[in-house]
Amino acid sequence: MFGPNGAGKTTLLRLLGGLLKPDDGSVTLAASKLGEHMILRAKIGLVSHRTMLYPALTALENLEFAAKLYGTSDAERAARRALERLRVEQVNVPVRLLSRGMQQRVSIARAVVNSPLLLLADEPYSGLDESGAQALTTVLRELKSDGAALVLVTHQLNEGLEIADNVAVMIDGAFARYQSSTDVSRSEYAAQYRDMVTASA
Amino acid sequence: MRNVFAAAWLIARKDLAIEFRTRSAFTASLIFALLGIVIFYFAWDSTAVASVDLAPGVLWVIFTFAGLLGLHRSFGVEQEERAIDALLAAPIERESIFIGKALANLVFVAGVQVVAIPAVGMFYNLPLGRVAPALFTVAFLAAVGLVVIGTLFSAMASNTRLAEILLPMLALPFFVPIVIPAAQATAKLLSGRPIGEALPWLKLLAAFDIVFIVACTLAFPFTIED
Amino acid sequence: MKVSRLSIVAILAGLAALVRVVFFTPFEAIQGPAQKIFYVHVSAAWCAFLAFGLVGLLSALYLWMRDEKLDRLAESAAEVGTVFTTIVLITGPLWAKPVWGTYWTWDARLTLTLFLWFIFVAYIILRGAVDDRALRSRYSAVLGILGALLVPFIHLSVYMFRTLHPKPIVAKPERPSLPNEMLVTLAVCVVAALIILGALLRARYNYANLRDAEIDSGGAHA
Repeated sequence: MFGPNGAGKTTLLRLLGGLLKPDDGSVTLAASKLGEHMILRAKIGLVSHRTMLYPALTALENLEFAAKLYGTSDAERAARRALERLRVEQVNVPVRLLSRGMQQRVSIARAVVNSPLLLLADEPYSGLDESGAQALTTVLRELKSDGAALVLVTHQLNEGLEIADNVAVMIDGAFARYQSSTDVSRSEYAAQYRDMVTASA
Repeated sequence: MRNVFAAAWLIARKDLAIEFRTRSAFTASLIFALLGIVIFYFAWDSTAVASVDLAPGVLWVIFTFAGLLGLHRSFGVEQEERAIDALLAAPIERESIFIGKALANLVFVAGVQVVAIPAVGMFYNLPLGRVAPALFTVAFLAAVGLVVIGTLFSAMASNTRLAEILLPMLALPFFVPIVIPAAQATAKLLSGRPIGEALPWLKLLAAFDIVFIVACTLAFPFTIED
Repeated sequence: MKVSRLSIVAILAGLAALVRVVFFTPFEAIQGPAQKIFYVHVSAAWCAFLAFGLVGLLSALYLWMRDEKLDRLAESAAEVGTVFTTIVLITGPLWAKPVWGTYWTWDARLTLTLFLWFIFVAYIILRGAVDDRALRSRYSAVLGILGALLVPFIHLSVYMFRTLHPKPIVAKPERPSLPNEMLVTLAVCVVAALIILGALLRARYNYANLRDAEIDSGGAHA
């Protein structure tokens, strides 16, 4: 999902994640209404602008806490595995002392520690270096091949078009464009996207 | 129902782990309490006012403000990196968040009390030994009330533009019906009156606790984003 | 500026009540002219307590029905209530000083009024500190309800504080039974105050409606 600032991308993600209740209508996932079933919420992972971590705790402690919240049976193992997938090595250092990019990796690891079937990611690439971005792309691909659905908000058209099956442009709270990513050529899409954003501003 | 408390316990342990790691708020509250004891002693004319008469007031003024100092942080740590969003998205009841936060705050306030009550006893030369169990019952009942009110308003205040300035303004009027019975009961106990005389105050404290535990737990889900 | 009919009625009722208090009500034998403050004081107190009850009730209704109108009405009641509570707190000591010999005594009713004022003010400051409208409505509703729950506890604890404590030397506030003439004046004053309360409430509510409508339409106007 692409779109200019203030288009409503984050709001949509927060609705899907159950952080906001819709004023009107409802969110339906896997044929169940969100909010009715705890089981549904247990299968959602969330990456937002903020890391949603506790700076005083270590990466491992943060993830163990998250895993336990999701009722994972072997929390420590799940936590270590998720951190490995994002190539985080300093697991016993308070998150506060890690660099911004490394904190972002821990935050993504936190979102996938419960092996979500739906991952909601709000600009997960921001702040990541080359190695972090690669690790993230790998994780996203793995989740996809495990059958998980991804909703990815990004300003990086290339990464988005590469991973996504369907791409959308959101402008002023609505999808201005929604199509399969196989139908589009990247350079054309980028040019058209720029025109749409300029026209809406 | 069991899950509500299991999740609450998990959150409480996480909060205590953070506090144990940083120790900032606890140390600050403790030093604040000890300084309060000293300042109050010299703010009164000790030849005119007996320390037994002074101590209940000192204790409860100190607990109220030391408690506020710690309660600021309760939801501050959640707002810092918006960790509260992760709690809200997690498959747990909103009530668990409130109960967990309140439990951690209760341990915090009780921790301050465990140090401050003997300290007041020592500095003010009070006959604590005999009344200690009754005194700690009063302290516990009052701490529960302070903590449920404080936790709820901390959740609200941390989400506003005024943040820490707002919390005392919201919470202190609600602390008064806790401080009055607690200080009165403490005074009765310290002056060696029979426990029966403190009993009406204890009942009032217990009634306050019950009403506001229920009300605040029910109100909490309204105070977080939805 | 358009003045509503209710506002005119309120102003007239207020003036009529004042005239009655000043010129057509006899002096109280012991207290003298100071006792005339009593009429303003008591009617303002009625309005203050009524407004506080309204805030609590409207808050509960808001959380139940989520109708923005209820929130705006609660907001208006809180502000108007603050005005009346302030009047009570100013006229009280003015009356008490010549009669009781002290400006203030910590009796249950006085203390409670003081706390109404604290909660009203906290309520208004809280509203000013939250930008998101839905969040602001919910926060203030929670405070409104908890405030209403707090009232009996304040009253009870202060009452117990007084009764379980040695009595102060200062005279206890005791209301003498009023002669008919004064009772009529009091009734006139209370009715006038209630009309003024209604007029202020409506004006403040209209303002809140206009303000929110303007924000909704996106008009940038200070």
